[in-house]
Amino acid sequence: MLQKVNKMLLMVIGAIVLYVLLKIMITIGVINPYWQRVLFYSLIVIVGALGLGIIYGFTGQFSLGHAAFVGLGAYSAGYFSKTFGQYGVLSFIGALLVGMVFAGLMGFLIGVPVLRLKSDYLGIATLGFGFIVKVALDNADKLIPDLGGARGMMGTPQLASLEWLFFIALIVIILTRNFIFSTYGRACTSVREDETAADMVGVNTFKTKLMAFIFGCTLAGLGGGLYAHTYPYICPGDFYFLQSFDYLIVVVLGGLGSMTGTVVTAIGWAFLLEGLRFVLGPQFVDFRGVIYALILIITILVRRQGIFGGKEFGFLVPQVRRGKPDVALRG
Amino acid sequence: MSLLEVKGLGINFGGLRAVNRFDLTIEPGEIVGLIGPNGAGKTTVFNMISGYFPPTDGTIIFKGRSIVGLKPYQVARLGIARTFQNIRLFRDNSVLDNVRVAFHPRAGYGLIDAFLRTPRFRAREAEINERAFELLETLNIADKANTAVKNLPYGDQRRVEIARALAVGPELLLLDEPAAGMNPAEVQQLVELIRFIKQKFNLTVLLIEHQMGLVMNICERLVVMDFGEIIARGLPHEVRQNPKVLEAYLGKGAVA
Ligand SMILES: Nc1ncnc2c1ncn2[C@@H]1O[C@H](COP(=O)(O)OP(=O)(O)OP(=O)(O)O)[C@@H](O)[C@H]1O
Ligand SMILES: [Mg+2]
Repeated sequence: MLQKVNKMLLMVIGAIVLYVLLKIMITIGVINPYWQRVLFYSLIVIVGALGLGIIYGFTGQFSLGHAAFVGLGAYSAGYFSKTFGQYGVLSFIGALLVGMVFAGLMGFLIGVPVLRLKSDYLGIATLGFGFIVKVALDNADKLIPDLGGARGMMGTPQLASLEWLFFIALIVIILTRNFIFSTYGRACTSVREDETAADMVGVNTFKTKLMAFIFGCTLAGLGGGLYAHTYPYICPGDFYFLQSFDYLIVVVLGGLGSMTGTVVTAIGWAFLLEGLRFVLGPQFVDFRGVIYALILIITILVRRQGIFGGKEFGFLVPQVRRGKPDVALRG
Repeated sequence: MSLLEVKGLGINFGGLRAVNRFDLTIEPGEIVGLIGPNGAGKTTVFNMISGYFPPTDGTIIFKGRSIVGLKPYQVARLGIARTFQNIRLFRDNSVLDNVRVAFHPRAGYGLIDAFLRTPRFRAREAEINERAFELLETLNIADKANTAVKNLPYGDQRRVEIARALAVGPELLLLDEPAAGMNPAEVQQLVELIRFIKQKFNLTVLLIEHQMGLVMNICERLVVMDFGEIIARGLPHEVRQNPKVLEAYLGKGAVA
């Protein structure tokens, strides 16, 4: 019986119920403004982490510069909004698109030369890219004063409400799931498993890797755009190596090749970060790196497949339907 | 027109001439065996035909067009599929996904269709599923469709590899030691399977094999390699009595 019901419909209804619950809890003060910010951050992390999940978890391309793409999205979207902010919602949507396109374009420019190579050159290239972006943002005010350089950027309209963040995260989850459970997703996982074999069954592996990388960077850019509209002050340090590591940990800890793992861990991670702030005090930033490394090492030693080990919640997995073939697939 | 015409094929790995002056013409519908002792260069010939190694010299004509210089995925799309001597499957993926991915070039829908799960997406996916399950049923592994390949026994993995190769939609099938690691009963099943799929999918087969039983049983014609060169060719019973072959290959006690 249940199998007959459209899973997607169930998921959307469930999400709306969840949204209403959150809304009520925020309104009556069960979730105070402080934890509301944490909640917002977790929704942003979901969007960015799903991007890295596609690049690394599903396609096996190791990227060490994910936060740099988030930063490019944040700065380009933020700058757009500061400039055209008077158009309200329209300019917000425009800003998010600008952030996505900009980050995606940079992904394309890096991907074309690097993804032709086999093995882990992407890790090195994206690591370098992260440094370049940091330096560029630190000095961006020399070209465009409004970007603020190392002092950070202020003045982006704070338009990202619970509605926006929640439903954008939901749409991203749905679109990612649709991608994964399509011929494109299967091409990605085949490249991850064995690039040569994928090539030999007709998968254009370069194109597949490039597509996955651009898609992932675009989501990073979207996460950045949301970030810029959630926090009144952003600075280059928000998008540096440690933050790239954040995303990597979320994806690895959740389990490579598991959307469910990425989403659940993204939420857990955002709340854990705040928990650490309480436990370790204001100086906690200095210890974060140590704790990250420990968590990563323990994961690799104890449960290499991550929390979800490539599994998904059932409602995310579409039914496999068979149909009458026509002639087109024969040749 | 011949299906495959290979002329003067050769490749160097550094100082090593792994294959030299290799000529082979295959007519549609044939089953040809490629045999020879370890390190003779058989797999290297497969790797050159399938576009993995660019040959140092020689030509490869498939269905009248040169395929030298094409990438493996382009060769596959033209209709040449292969299996590997050491099984190379997408180990973490399900049996079904291993087979379905080979329909990728002919999926018939775009990214937008996938993102929005349009009616076209649904129709084409249903069709890919149908085709994939047909292949799994042909190979008797449909009940394991949702199992991760790495959890399958060796024999089943070999079947998945053949199913995946068939899903490529080939006219020429290259099998690299498909009977490796099988017992005589399994080898007999494999012989029947190869005959059956050849008939059903209208295939031409080039087969590398060490198990002489299988080769003698199934191949219409044999090519024997040693040290990168062809040392004999002909009907199985002719090759069997060729003194050069006896010396190079059978003499080493490789006869099953
Ligand atoms: N990528 C490579 N780089 C360098 N040398 C190689 C490479 N691939 C194969 N060779 C060499 O080429 C020769 C032929 O190897 P090949 O694998 O084609 O032999 P084969 O006939 O398939 O042997 P077997 O029966 O053991 O599978 C060997 O000497 C091998 O070491
Ligand atoms: Mg070999």
